[in-house]
Amino acid sequence: MSRVLPAFVVAPLVMAFILPVFGRKGKAVATLLANLVTISLLALAVACVGKTGIYEVGNWSSRIGIVLVLDGLTSLMLLAVNTVSAAAMLFSVRYMEQYTAKTKYLSLFLLMVAGMNGVVISGDIFNLFVFLEIASIASYALVGFGCEHEELEASFKYMVLGTVASSFILLGIALVYGNTGALNMAYTAKAIQQTGINAGLAFAMSLFIAGFGLKAALVPFHAWLPDAHPSAPAPISAMLSGVLIKALGIYALSRLIFNVFGVSVPVSWVLIALGVLSMVVGVFLAVGQWDFKRLLAYHSISQMGYVVLGIGLGALILAKHGNPLWASLAILGALFHLVNHAVFKSLLFLTSGSVEMATGTRQLKKMGGLVERMPYTRAACTIASASIAGVPPFNGFWSKLILVIAAVQAGFFGLAAITVVVSLVTLLSFLKVQRYVFLGELPEELQNTRENGGSMLTAMFFLAALCMLMGLLVLVPSMRVTVLQPAVDVLIEGVSHSMKVANL
Amino acid sequence: MLYALCFLLFMIGLYCAVVKKNLVKIVIGLAIMEYAVNLFLIMLGYRVGGTAPIIGRSDLQAGAERVTAHFINSAVDPLPQALVLTAIVISLGSLALLISICIRIYDKYGTFDITEIRRLRG
Amino acid sequence: MKGMTIIVKTISGWVKVLIFLFGINIILFGHLTPGGGFAGGVILASSYVLMMLAFGREFVEKNLPIPLASRLDCFGAFLFAAVAILGLVFGGTFFVNFLYQKYLPGHALHLVSAGTIPLSNIAIGLKVGASLFLAIFALSAFRKDFQRPDAGGDNKRPVAGQE
Repeated sequence: MSRVLPAFVVAPLVMAFILPVFGRKGKAVATLLANLVTISLLALAVACVGKTGIYEVGNWSSRIGIVLVLDGLTSLMLLAVNTVSAAAMLFSVRYMEQYTAKTKYLSLFLLMVAGMNGVVISGDIFNLFVFLEIASIASYALVGFGCEHEELEASFKYMVLGTVASSFILLGIALVYGNTGALNMAYTAKAIQQTGINAGLAFAMSLFIAGFGLKAALVPFHAWLPDAHPSAPAPISAMLSGVLIKALGIYALSRLIFNVFGVSVPVSWVLIALGVLSMVVGVFLAVGQWDFKRLLAYHSISQMGYVVLGIGLGALILAKHGNPLWASLAILGALFHLVNHAVFKSLLFLTSGSVEMATGTRQLKKMGGLVERMPYTRAACTIASASIAGVPPFNGFWSKLILVIAAVQAGFFGLAAITVVVSLVTLLSFLKVQRYVFLGELPEELQNTRENGGSMLTAMFFLAALCMLMGLLVLVPSMRVTVLQPAVDVLIEGVSHSMKVANL
Repeated sequence: MLYALCFLLFMIGLYCAVVKKNLVKIVIGLAIMEYAVNLFLIMLGYRVGGTAPIIGRSDLQAGAERVTAHFINSAVDPLPQALVLTAIVISLGSLALLISICIRIYDKYGTFDITEIRRLRG
Repeated sequence: MKGMTIIVKTISGWVKVLIFLFGINIILFGHLTPGGGFAGGVILASSYVLMMLAFGREFVEKNLPIPLASRLDCFGAFLFAAVAILGLVFGGTFFVNFLYQKYLPGHALHLVSAGTIPLSNIAIGLKVGASLFLAIFALSAFRKDFQRPDAGGDNKRPVAGQE
């Protein structure tokens, strides 16, 4: 199965370069081809679940060449990335009719998907950097796509901070190469095991935390996210908030910390501190927002705090040689919350895009009573709000429950209490959204809004169905063992996993 | 010692990107940061008294094993050079996009000063 | 942008051909001398930049129209991807150097050697040259002496790449 790994990167890249040939007249054909690519990538990602393998590009041996790796964590991230991109691409069939230059949008979108897939399957640190840059530059262009005042300002802010982050990451890679002499993740892990972590490698680790933390929008580095995510077109907001900050930020950081460097106590405490800070600051800044998408963007910061908290907790328990079952539980909660957040946050952004396309505004105070005119959008938005707030049968509840149980069992009662409080404030914030957008009375300017049809509703229903069914991933043991448990095992085994993959 | 100077150049670029108020000066600061990182990466591969990692016609006439041994003993490490080529191309694309966004911002707002480009806040 | 004086126009008319040929030399010998696809592509684009500075934008647009440059750009990228996929078809692994290993090994240090590397260089040179030309052509539409912008969102300037 590892023979199809290059297709995840090559198929969207080739299609992205064929699409501009169609120009303005072939817009329908271009849209059809782009949708075919994303849906077939989703099918391929589903087929890759539970398989492992490596692929040596160009038949060079892994000592000197680039390798692509498929293991448990990679297959989970591939599922998340390709699901959200298929739904967002389907949504943008109708939504992007409001903008000109639709073929350029489709090319950039496919480039971003190719970059994210490449980050997830890469087994080499510099290759990860190159694909990270491809995805980042495509997303900078997509954030400023509408070329209005605010979109350009947001895109500039995002670009400056993103370029600073990339320089940090490249400096960290240079330090790693200088100290170990290898760039392949397995060989680097072996070299670090032999020499130990000296001052250069510790500095490289802090550079990586700063750089990838900036890409993942953790709290001291979050300044670009509340401007960039609302200004982007709605499917791009869904992609950015749903998968880009996870694949580029949290996946890369956890891969480097667990599988290359090895866990250590100071790094785990830094992760836990960043996670708690992100959760609390994100949700308290979100409660006071009156712009729909800006509120959703602040909630992204808060939910990323949950994931980083879970990963930091697992790393701390492993570094102190505590009970590996509790570390496994914490990392299971974190990874499951990552996948859940990808699904329900992208659904929230897609519904906000649908509301914006129908009413023309994003301010909560100007909307009201849309439940009569847009019942399907309201149903999808209610499902997604219930998921993010942690209401019982939906998927958000299960992942938050696992995180709270793991924190309590490991003895961190304060962290568990903070988690529950943040969850309650999230519920409060989304009740506000429901009341102002859908309930209440319909103002006169909005008397003529109608439900958006066709492909937008299909994408939203697909994600809403996933929200309702994904709780089964954790409750049904066979699904948990095939999908989630291999990903957790990859991170728990840490450095020995990367050496096992390369037969060292 | 040279590595410390390289790091000083990186800090100058970071200062420029953080403190300056003109959009174009911020972009120049980012460019200086990227140059510093590329310079650091090339200096990692340096070997005192080494030669360029190119095999010429006179080397090939000597025979295969002598070529390899000569190359390993005296050539500068070519891997960071390949990494830097890739990094230069990436920063070219990034800078082109930054400059074009600066130009479009000037079209909309009429100024390059970031204290006046603050419609998004909160 | 207008052009320059008659002296500049004459000289650059001769020199631009030399620059273009030098760029092609760097691309074709990329597996033997330093340079290769990217550096040669930048030199190709700079010959067009010289023409743009000396003769003006409209002359260059007649010489190499924008849709043609865009198609060359996509063709270059597609050629590179085709070389990589042909490696999969003929060689068994993605991106393998199938010409060197099976069909056309060539002699070392000659022009026809090192398998698919010259093909990749040509594809990259074409793509980089066309892309940089398009980027600089689009950026050169910036005028510093226009009126103050209004609150509208449209831009009536003919910037290349904006439909």
